[in-house]
Amino acid sequence: MRAAGIKASQALPETVKIVEVGPRDGLQNEKVVVPTEAKINLINMLSESGLTVIEATSFVSPKWVPQMGDQVEVMKGIKKKPGVSYPVLTPNLRGFQAAVKAGASEVAIFGAASELFSKKNINCSVEESLQRFDEVMKAAKEAAVPVRGYVSCVVGCPYEGKVAPEKVAHVAKRLYSMGCYEISLGDTIGVGTPGSMTEMLEAVSREVPVSALAVHCHDTYGQALANILVALQMGISVVDSSVAGLGGCPYAQGASGNVATEDVVYMLHGLGIKTGVDLLKLMDAGSFICRALNRKTNSKVAQAACKL
Amino acid sequence: MLATSMRRNHCGSMWIITEHEYPKFVKIVEVGPRDGLQNEKEIVPTGVKIQLIDMLSATGLSVVEATSFVSSKWVPQMADHTQVLQGIQRAPLTQYPVLTPNMQGFQDAVAAGATEVAVFGSASETFSRQNINCSIDESMLRFQEVINAAKERQIPVRGYVSCALGCPHEGRIEPSKVAEVAKRLYEMGCYEISLGDTIGVGTPGSMFKMLQMVKKDVPIDALAVHCHDTYGQALPNILTALQMGVSVVDSAVAGLGGCPYAPGSTGNVSTEDVLYMLHGMGIQTNVDLNKVIEAGDFICNALGRRTNSKVGQAKSGTL
Repeated sequence: MRAAGIKASQALPETVKIVEVGPRDGLQNEKVVVPTEAKINLINMLSESGLTVIEATSFVSPKWVPQMGDQVEVMKGIKKKPGVSYPVLTPNLRGFQAAVKAGASEVAIFGAASELFSKKNINCSVEESLQRFDEVMKAAKEAAVPVRGYVSCVVGCPYEGKVAPEKVAHVAKRLYSMGCYEISLGDTIGVGTPGSMTEMLEAVSREVPVSALAVHCHDTYGQALANILVALQMGISVVDSSVAGLGGCPYAQGASGNVATEDVVYMLHGLGIKTGVDLLKLMDAGSFICRALNRKTNSKVAQAACKL
Repeated sequence: MLATSMRRNHCGSMWIITEHEYPKFVKIVEVGPRDGLQNEKEIVPTGVKIQLIDMLSATGLSVVEATSFVSSKWVPQMADHTQVLQGIQRAPLTQYPVLTPNMQGFQDAVAAGATEVAVFGSASETFSRQNINCSIDESMLRFQEVINAAKERQIPVRGYVSCALGCPHEGRIEPSKVAEVAKRLYEMGCYEISLGDTIGVGTPGSMFKMLQMVKKDVPIDALAVHCHDTYGQALPNILTALQMGVSVVDSAVAGLGGCPYAPGSTGNVSTEDVLYMLHGMGIQTNVDLNKVIEAGDFICNALGRRTNSKVGQAKSGTL
């Protein structure tokens, strides 16, 4: 396999923007439901660590996602740091309106590259979900609220298995053309490797500018950092991660999910890439939330650092 | 294969040239039964060690580090070295190297039937003194004896360089020092040099710089990487090494072997996770991942602990 599409003189990005998804994607997938004040405290600690994007909560019906039932209180309770964005998930127009009312100034919508996953997850086809999002996009444009688009199952689906890179590119392009300023490509079940990651990113980057792409890697099979490294080598400079590696994998009981922000930052700093993040303050936030959840961190850096 | 080179741009971040071919085949050196078990708290009975090695032999692995001929005073977990080496069922195409820190160990290993041995140097003076009670230079003299004796018996010798990306005592280690020690071992007669990130602090950045230096003095196809996953960096570090032409990777089934310098943290990278990555990249290994997972399950049951392999964890939890 050749590392295709890379010119001999291409540099790694000088700066990488970390999109911290712990408070939303992380906590949403934890068994223990954390009190509102603990969520607020977590987000405030993360705000002080230098992160510039912290996904705060999700305006999904609490009937489906009880962990995010306190979405309005969280949004209103956090201390918003200037220069930091606090996007929230808005799966439909109602969620969008509730989000804006609660003070959200950036939102995110979630598409899938797999038809079966879309049906099982949000009860409609990929095309139908994109039409739903059209309403949200229109309202967001009117309100001058930026929208981030997520594509899940980009290198594998728990139901369909392998996902065609062209399908991922198609969905990413749709979201981008609809007005999403950034598309986060999610390896939802963590099955990707530098092989499938490269293939998928090649297909997507033919349709969406690399500067508008992000990777959201799960570490279920231990491949996240290697996958992130090849993404960086292909020019991607936005990486999603979750403090303490919060958020297990709902498709493999007991297995890990999100990649740990601490481990990503450790790698990036070791490469001389700037992130603006203070790793020690980040680890403090990680320790805090793990105590609140009464669980051990999933971050190897955090595990090692507290033992030396 | 195109050469790699590195220079810094005006803002100081790193250029990594990535136009390269990945190796078509990677040799895995399985160190679980030695490096792994040596660093586990629980001591495993001889019968279990033998069964583990036999299961690993059946996976297609071509190198399984079987045991260590170190004094049992220092490493009680390896006290049964002779029984292990004599008890295993050797697969015809598999090598079973053993550690031999000195002539005494070498002679015992040969008497027990060893057909390949390994010596362990360090790129850090302090680590050398703390770990094997002598300077790097003194250790090289000891190894020269072993290598000479091995040559007479046509027994191949593998050389390890520990602390290649950092030392628990000295901190940062200069790539030139790693290159110097690697070169010495190679010129003394080691057929392969395994560069070890002993405390797992390396990142693709420091791995790149270190290999860049070492491959000036040792041919790339005589180099191996032995990455620890203490900071979660092992797979990206291995990926970087592959991009630079390395095609031999050390790993331990189930990620056996914690880090003695950060108790409770992980040590060796898991063979299962390495295989998953390599196979996903279309790189051949001739190793059956499912059989490695089975061997991992077996030894973890025996140790009464959970696997450190993410692949192992995911497979056992899959609905």
